[in-house]
Amino acid sequence: MTNVLLKVEQLKKHFPKKKKGFSKTTDVVKAVDGVSFEVYEGETLGIVGESGCGKSTTGRMIMRLLEPTDGKIYFNGIELTSLSKSEMRKARRDLQMVFQDPYASLNPRHTVEQILEEPLIVHGIGNKSVRKEMVKEFLQIVGLNSYHAKRYPHQFSGGQRQRIGIARALMTNPKLIIADEPVSALDVSIQAQVLNLMKRLQEDLKLTYIFIAHDLGVVRHISDRVGVMYLGRLVELAECESLYEEPLHPYTKVLLSSVPIPDPTYQKEQILIQGDVAESLPKNGCLFQQRCPFATEACKTIVPELKEVKPGHSVACHLYDEPQQ
Amino acid sequence: MAETATKDMNVQVVEDKVTSPWKEALRTFLRSKSAVAGTVIVLFFILVALFAPIIAPEGINEQKLGDPSTHLVPPSSEFWFGTDEFGRDIFSRVVWGAQISLTVGFGAVVLSAVLGSFLGIIAGYYGRWVDTIISRFFDILLAFPSILLAIAIVSILGSSLQNALIAIAIVNVPNFGRLIRSKVLSVKEEEYITAAKAIGMKDSRILLRHILPNSFAPVIVQGTLAIATAIIEAAALSFLGLGAEPPQPEWGKMLADARIYLMNAPWTMIFPGLAIMLTVLGFNLMGDGLRDALDPKMKN
Repeated sequence: MTNVLLKVEQLKKHFPKKKKGFSKTTDVVKAVDGVSFEVYEGETLGIVGESGCGKSTTGRMIMRLLEPTDGKIYFNGIELTSLSKSEMRKARRDLQMVFQDPYASLNPRHTVEQILEEPLIVHGIGNKSVRKEMVKEFLQIVGLNSYHAKRYPHQFSGGQRQRIGIARALMTNPKLIIADEPVSALDVSIQAQVLNLMKRLQEDLKLTYIFIAHDLGVVRHISDRVGVMYLGRLVELAECESLYEEPLHPYTKVLLSSVPIPDPTYQKEQILIQGDVAESLPKNGCLFQQRCPFATEACKTIVPELKEVKPGHSVACHLYDEPQQ
Repeated sequence: MAETATKDMNVQVVEDKVTSPWKEALRTFLRSKSAVAGTVIVLFFILVALFAPIIAPEGINEQKLGDPSTHLVPPSSEFWFGTDEFGRDIFSRVVWGAQISLTVGFGAVVLSAVLGSFLGIIAGYYGRWVDTIISRFFDILLAFPSILLAIAIVSILGSSLQNALIAIAIVNVPNFGRLIRSKVLSVKEEEYITAAKAIGMKDSRILLRHILPNSFAPVIVQGTLAIATAIIEAAALSFLGLGAEPPQPEWGKMLADARIYLMNAPWTMIFPGLAIMLTVLGFNLMGDGLRDALDPKMKN
């Protein structure tokens, strides 16, 4: 039976815009605006979307590296947003993160051994010799050698550094790993290696991933289910195959049609959308209405809710609720 | 057997290549001729200070009042740097003075670097109102000309060499504070700090193990250069009669006392002055070299 490991309810993050002049009202940027989803134990949930759609912000809020403006996060039965700072620190043992830039996420003044040992020290795991052994063990698990332990991060390639980043996230034996664009800074050939490593680790260590990326191919390769975000909202959430084979939301369709296909003779039906990500967002209704070729009157007034239209396939679009009304 | 042998060889090769960021900085530092020259000068004065009891032919206050022929004697084989108005051997006093000047220089800089780094790191990391209070405090200190502020502090505390040291330390606090604050502001945005938080570290550990080591290089550079200024400031305070008390052979004090003999016995002034100049030069050259080695971006 698949258990819900993480449940996110109506998560919101609003950043205040700079005040203009003396006006007292502060505008807000709704980076994430009411996102809800569940993550099942042992699965990989991919989150895709273009730059600035709030996917990284969502990941960071689950870790509480950013404080959510509103919403609830249930992890393993515990509500994370109500935890105190020190309780949250302890909870992070089960909840780790892999970062995008392997050149920036490792402290340049620490050796690999120090980097990998630190999570153990912080959470009080083992004594010195046990910790050193674990460092060696995990280096081997991620495909490095134990003699790498004494080296500094700058002596590694990007792919190796990302393996170190993954090893660091694994040290405390977490249940959930949030991977924030873990391969987008790597060469394509290295991307595949790291992705396969992550897949293998998932099977071996019974991990659950939230995999945040903008690369649709990468997400398809690794995910069991995929959520598509647009301007801070989750517009579609479905099983990986069902989403890629039969996208429902107009935005998802556009997004998928933008993926180049490595076949010169292939004539794809290109869906083009007008405009850019809107400068001034619509106040009411669907955020995609200005660019959507199928926009109706309802789209301009009512915010579409994420609803399950087929088993395991949810979409936030008015095109799919009309027959029921 | 063969397998273990190759493994060992691998380890050997790898060990040789391991370089810490500090070691690399040291290599860059040693490549610069002026930095090495500066270090040699500084080391020379440190050795002089350490071995003053052996080097100095006489004590700091051995006077030959009974024998006027030894007063204000020009440099000779007996008195290398000549003697002063009381018949004291200037060479001995300059040698003893190295102890005082270097102690004041190091002491003041260490004190202000510790205080300044502490305040700066707190201001930079916590931001908001903490930052506002600490930064405004720095601004207030910086609003006064440093020597004037030092004079004011010494007048409050009473004039002695120790109080001069404290005054110089306080005057230099904002320099270190601002420097480390600005560095912390950039370091705390680095992803490895976010990673440290994600791991579940406490603020104190993040500050001490991650932010401080990555923000400290400019403080070392600034510190070396500040020792030079501190020595000059101590000399200036002593020159004004607010630092060393007679008969302490502080270089600035010696300059002040020799002022009236400038025309007929210039050696009383030249040698303490040269000592100050050389020490300051040494620290400046060394500081420049350290800056190039540790923090190439600071070069302008």
